[in-house]
Amino acid sequence: MDVLQLQKQFIDYKTSLYHEGFLDEQFTQLQELQDENNPDFVVEVVSLFFEDSERLLNELTKALEHQSIDFKRVDAHVHQWKGSSSSIGAQRVQKVCIAFRNDCEEQNVEGCLKCLQQVKHEYSLVKTKLETMFQLEQQILTAGGSIPV
Amino acid sequence: MESCNCIEPQWPADELLMKYQYISDFFIALAYFSIPLELIYFVKKSALFPYRWVLVQFGAFIVLCGATHLISLWTFTMHSRTVAVVMTTAKVLTAVVSCATALMLVHIIPDLLSVKTRELILKNKAAELDREMGLIRTQEETGRHVRMLTHEIRSTLDRHTILQTTLVELGRTLALEECALWMPTRTGLELQLSYTLRQQNPVGYTVPIHLPVINQVFSSSRAVKISPNCPVARLRPAGKYIPGEVVAIRVPLLHLSNFQINDWPELSTKRYALMVLMLPSDSARQWHVHELELVEVVADQVAVALSHAAILEESMRARDLLMEQNGALDLARREAETAIRARNDFLAVMNHEMRTPMHAIIALSSLLQETELTPEQRLMVEMILKSSNLLATLINDVLDLSRLEDGSLQLDLGTFNLYAVFREVLNLIKPIAAVKKLHVSLNLAPDLPEYAIGDEKRLMQTILNVVGNAVKFSKEGSISITAFVAKSESLGDSQVPEFYPVPSDNHFYLRVQVKDSGSGISPQDIPKLFTKFAQTQSTASRNSGGYGLGLAICKRFVNLMKGHIWIESEGLGKGCTAVFVVKLGIPERLNELKLPFMPKVSTNPGQTAFAGLKVLVMDENGVSRMVTKGLLVHLGCDVTMVSSSDECLCVVSHEHKVVLMDVCALGMDGHEIAVRIREKFTKRHERPIIVALTGNTDKVTKENCMRFGMDGVILKPVSLDKMRSVLSDLLEHRVLFEAI
Repeated sequence: MDVLQLQKQFIDYKTSLYHEGFLDEQFTQLQELQDENNPDFVVEVVSLFFEDSERLLNELTKALEHQSIDFKRVDAHVHQWKGSSSSIGAQRVQKVCIAFRNDCEEQNVEGCLKCLQQVKHEYSLVKTKLETMFQLEQQILTAGGSIPV
Repeated sequence: MESCNCIEPQWPADELLMKYQYISDFFIALAYFSIPLELIYFVKKSALFPYRWVLVQFGAFIVLCGATHLISLWTFTMHSRTVAVVMTTAKVLTAVVSCATALMLVHIIPDLLSVKTRELILKNKAAELDREMGLIRTQEETGRHVRMLTHEIRSTLDRHTILQTTLVELGRTLALEECALWMPTRTGLELQLSYTLRQQNPVGYTVPIHLPVINQVFSSSRAVKISPNCPVARLRPAGKYIPGEVVAIRVPLLHLSNFQINDWPELSTKRYALMVLMLPSDSARQWHVHELELVEVVADQVAVALSHAAILEESMRARDLLMEQNGALDLARREAETAIRARNDFLAVMNHEMRTPMHAIIALSSLLQETELTPEQRLMVEMILKSSNLLATLINDVLDLSRLEDGSLQLDLGTFNLYAVFREVLNLIKPIAAVKKLHVSLNLAPDLPEYAIGDEKRLMQTILNVVGNAVKFSKEGSISITAFVAKSESLGDSQVPEFYPVPSDNHFYLRVQVKDSGSGISPQDIPKLFTKFAQTQSTASRNSGGYGLGLAICKRFVNLMKGHIWIESEGLGKGCTAVFVVKLGIPERLNELKLPFMPKVSTNPGQTAFAGLKVLVMDENGVSRMVTKGLLVHLGCDVTMVSSSDECLCVVSHEHKVVLMDVCALGMDGHEIAVRIREKFTKRHERPIIVALTGNTDKVTKENCMRFGMDGVILKPVSLDKMRSVLSDLLEHRVLFEAI
């Protein structure tokens, strides 16, 4: 495929991500921070996010498996996740985290479990999407073009 | 027979007589001898007899008389010369003594008699003193009764108890048969029997107040004797009793306003109660003066006690009322607080939630505008943009208004070009005015300073709003905008008599008048103009839209700028003039002006502004830590990252100029760290600026941060521009109050 087409595909894809609410303007901000001094800033941050999220997901799953759930701990984890997701602009994940926190406050076990499933789902979605986007970027670069902003 | 010198009594047949004489003489002598002995004996017994010398004389007299009679015993028979001599001597002595005694007695007997009279006098005196003492005792007892009564009366503040006690005690002290109290009714035309001692009568019995006997009692301040047959005294069943004497006395019912401590009130109050006291029937008792005095004193005391009771009742009632009102106010306050809290919560949520989608809509619509579109699509997109801009403005206005009312809005003061503001307004309004074929003219006074210190954005908003209204409500004609410096004389407006602007060296008052020749406003609608959401009913303005907030917001802005805004109109169809005056500062030196002209956001990446600025970032969350670091690195700062409070305290040094710490995860700990950092650096210029990063927009978080010594608060998410402007503000002022 030629560069222009790749670029168009990339723009469309990115726009759809915004459109569907996977990303919000915070992500745009992140991209602005990337410059020649910091060329891989976005990728680094997103990778860190993925690592963090995996860890938090494990912790949450373990915590919610107990007979007597320690809601404070769960809340702390969700809070962390919310912070991370809002820092990179993963809007949908953030929204689910907010709902998750409410359930924790109300100590609603069922709600928590449901939210856990939801957040897992959202996270995997956004992960896939971001990975696809990065792949597209790589393709453009290999084809010799520059990433459109 | 020899002749003898003695007389020889014959012993004839009178021998019997002789014998009797003999015996009598003997007894006389005996008696005469024993009398002095008795006298001596009894006088010795009594110590008081003053006339001893007389006694001795008298004794001698008697003894000698006795001796004479004794010696005469021997003269009945033949006796010798010796006996005769002795007899003679005795007689002579007796004669002497008796004469002396007789002479003495002449002196003594009157004395003795006078003693008797003196004794009588003394006895009388003693009787009199006894009587007087009896009287004094009675009086003292009465006094004691009065004191006791007064004590009883004054020991309670309950009206009923006071009156009842009075009657009981009076009855007891004076041993009355009946004692009654008549109180005036509400209408003041009758006296009602309120209290009696024996309660033989039905309470509630009334008597008209204007009886002559009652008037007589009321007009005198003393106790007055009245007839037992008058209506107030007819309290016992009439019968065969002879009723005892009756006395009545008035009891003034004092109004509080009449009561003065040091002088008893005069007869300014006309309300009296009547106290009637009856002595027991069939006793011969009469009213004594001291008893009447007692009654008068008691009546006065009762009056005082009653007024005290009345004062107490009133103050208790007032206190109860106040407590009730207090409770109601408390409730109202709590309700108001709940309402405010609810509103704030709502606003806090809507704040973010409403703006985000709006922002998305506006951003994407404007992006869309940049793309290839058919004319139809372009039109649609423009409509979307316009409507969403309007909506965004509405949201901002509403949120602004509530912040204005909260008092949390603060003006962004800065130096700006006043002339430029007006020119810009004119430019904005000209196209619309041209469409409506309205002529707009701007007239700036020559003494108006070119530059001023104030909130440029809001001033422009105000002017725009006012001019916009003028354009909106005029179908034809012209609009004239005049601006000049307000002097005190030129403000002879009747609208704002209490507003006297006093220009000083660093401030002046800008006065802007916008006159239009449009539909005008009727005078009764003018006050409602500045009330939010209230619209005038004139049909002409129906189609102009608007939601009624504009002028309300303008008014608040103008008030914040320490000014005043008002509208004058002569009526419908006569156009109207909107005037406002605001206080602006005069910039001191001209070289100060250069700075604010450049927008704070510089076009270059800003690396120069913060080159090498050492910043310490503390955030538990790895991702957001990295993002913040990225922001700062992009701006050219030298960033150190820590992930816990302990690390932060260890690492922080005087090289770090700014410390950014995320507080939402940490809750209170974040604030503690701020305190500890402050403690660590005692010198002010060594201390880094501490800024909190938080996701909470509410005032409480902000206040907490302020309280714990943070120099500023930034709301996440932070954009690059925001971080840039925040840092430059911080470095300039070392403090930042709000960056949301």
